[in-house]
Amino acid sequence: MADNSSTNAYWAANIRIITWCLVIWAVASYGFAILLRPLLSGIPIGGTDLGFWFAQQGSILVFLALIFFYAWRMNKLDKEFGVEE
Amino acid sequence: MDQTTLNIIVVGLSFALYFGIAIWARAGSTSEFYAAGRGVNPVVNGMATAADWMSAASFISMAGLIAFVGYSNSSFLMGWTGGYVLMALLLAPYLRKFGKFTVPEFIGDRFYSTKARVVGVICLIVISTTYVIGQMTGAGVAFSRFLEVSSTTGLVTASCVVFVYAVLGGMKGITYTQVAQYVVLIIAYTIPAIFISLQLTGNPIPGLGLFSNMAPGQVGAGEPLLVTLDGLLTDLGFNAYTTGSSPFLMALFTLSLMIGTAGLPHVIIRFFTVPRVADARISAGWTLVFIALLYLTAPAVGAMARLNITDLMWPEGTQGEAVTIEMIQNDPEYAWMNTWQQTGLLGWEDKNGDGRIQYYNDANPSMTERAEAAGWQGNELTNFNRDILVLANPEIANLPGWVIALIAAGGIAAALSTAAGLLLAISSAISHDLIKTVFNPSISEKGELLAARISMAGAIVVATYLGLNPPGFAAQVVALAFGLAAATLFPALMMGIFSKRINASGATWGMLVGLISTCAYLFTYLGIFFVPGTNFLEPTASNYLFGIPPTHFGPIGALLNFAVAILVSRATEEPPQEIQDLVESVRIPRGAGAAVDH
Repeated sequence: MADNSSTNAYWAANIRIITWCLVIWAVASYGFAILLRPLLSGIPIGGTDLGFWFAQQGSILVFLALIFFYAWRMNKLDKEFGVEE
Repeated sequence: MDQTTLNIIVVGLSFALYFGIAIWARAGSTSEFYAAGRGVNPVVNGMATAADWMSAASFISMAGLIAFVGYSNSSFLMGWTGGYVLMALLLAPYLRKFGKFTVPEFIGDRFYSTKARVVGVICLIVISTTYVIGQMTGAGVAFSRFLEVSSTTGLVTASCVVFVYAVLGGMKGITYTQVAQYVVLIIAYTIPAIFISLQLTGNPIPGLGLFSNMAPGQVGAGEPLLVTLDGLLTDLGFNAYTTGSSPFLMALFTLSLMIGTAGLPHVIIRFFTVPRVADARISAGWTLVFIALLYLTAPAVGAMARLNITDLMWPEGTQGEAVTIEMIQNDPEYAWMNTWQQTGLLGWEDKNGDGRIQYYNDANPSMTERAEAAGWQGNELTNFNRDILVLANPEIANLPGWVIALIAAGGIAAALSTAAGLLLAISSAISHDLIKTVFNPSISEKGELLAARISMAGAIVVATYLGLNPPGFAAQVVALAFGLAAATLFPALMMGIFSKRINASGATWGMLVGLISTCAYLFTYLGIFFVPGTNFLEPTASNYLFGIPPTHFGPIGALLNFAVAILVSRATEEPPQEIQDLVESVRIPRGAGAAVDH
């Protein structure tokens, strides 16, 4: 097992990645699709605006990208810190 | 061949497939019964989890909920998918590393307390039982409509089917059965949607059709589908499809569904079945891929069905004359209305006796003038149950008989796969967390496996009984399950991983406060245990605390849980060193293979 300070650094790096992912998660769903929708009302898409698209499809695609990005990034981090299985 | 025979053949074939899989994948050990022997490929696991997760509510109800409300009900789409981000980032890899079988087991070990574990079991049983009632009711409805038996017969048939493959196969059998059920349900959902999208927009991909222009020959040809739909609806006094009301409530409801999804025990335990921590991370992604295939199609199904129905009710356009009763009874395009009228889920009444059925929003004051001038006496499409929308969709669009039979098999597959997953979560909590850990720690593996099967059988009997006598309205019961999962298990699990400082009393009190506050809020407005007439306050917006409806309460319960757990933990001793080491080890993937059983 890696020593204590390296474990802490690994965990801190993990928390940083999680935080950024959750920021994007919140901005795409609560932000673009709901609370900030008026800001996007000027961007037309298929007979409505970008906010509606985010509410019905865009946010789901963003969620998908986030999970795969996180899995890829964490596997890389595991190797960097030598804690992979 | 008539439609009922066709339905019986297609549904019967799908059952034969599930039974075959159950016999092939019979569980021989507790590890196979609880966690499929941990040998499941992440892509296969993702597909099984998608079927496990997508219940009768996703398959049957969701498109209808979106169709009749429009933009505001996008909460269901975002809420029921966004929870997977929370699960993938905050729970799945760590619980897999922890390497045990059940959710209460993690709670019991991390919080070094049998009390915490028992509270975890109670939360799990309350969540799963309330959720399973909705599934059994849904299966009963699908059976009675498509096989033309009473809903009691339908429900009992559904229970027998689940009994055979779930009790026999455990998690291993359920996993592979769910893969088959996923394939059945996604084909059943997508095929009619493709046909309808082609008819209306010429685009074969429904998710893209939603944002395309109307095809030539259709109403509003050449303009975007959503513009046509908004136009039709506003002409009849309804809200425009693409607009919504309170952003605050919409955000709160989305949050409730997201946290609830991440806290549902039957979904969480799916991530115990993959071989490695890295697989648990990616498996959540694959799950969402398979869910997204349905969820990107659902809003198109909703919008297109709403457009089709409105168009059928006003064949000459919204400014022309409404459809005549004679047309409804004789034109084959309207045959579905007659079929569904017999189930009592669809109804119309010619209030002004003009031989036509006017469908419009009679609650909108700006429609009053037009209605008076035309001699209308109120909306005449008096009953339209939202749940029939997906089931009737192929008939509305005049699709061939085998597509209708497929929808029957898909709806039943969705209800059964979720019911099986929930029953497994309940039975493993009883046999593993209560019998093995609390009452009889010396039980042999064989004895535990038998106990698991008996508690599964018991859970099926209870679920069937409650499905026949549901406490109140089934949809509210599902809302309770989400609110409770959000308020109890999710915060406890998350704090257990991300904070070393949360101790036994903090977690236990946190879960109890989350459970009790959420139940109290729901019971106040919806009746004690949802028994009609026992509510203390009427469920109206002016009675709600800060205007928050009971279905939106999950995040508030979760907040109370977090707050109480942190305060109580700060006021009491910090957890012992070995627990802090346990948390430390859960956080890194290395060594996951070793920790399997006690």
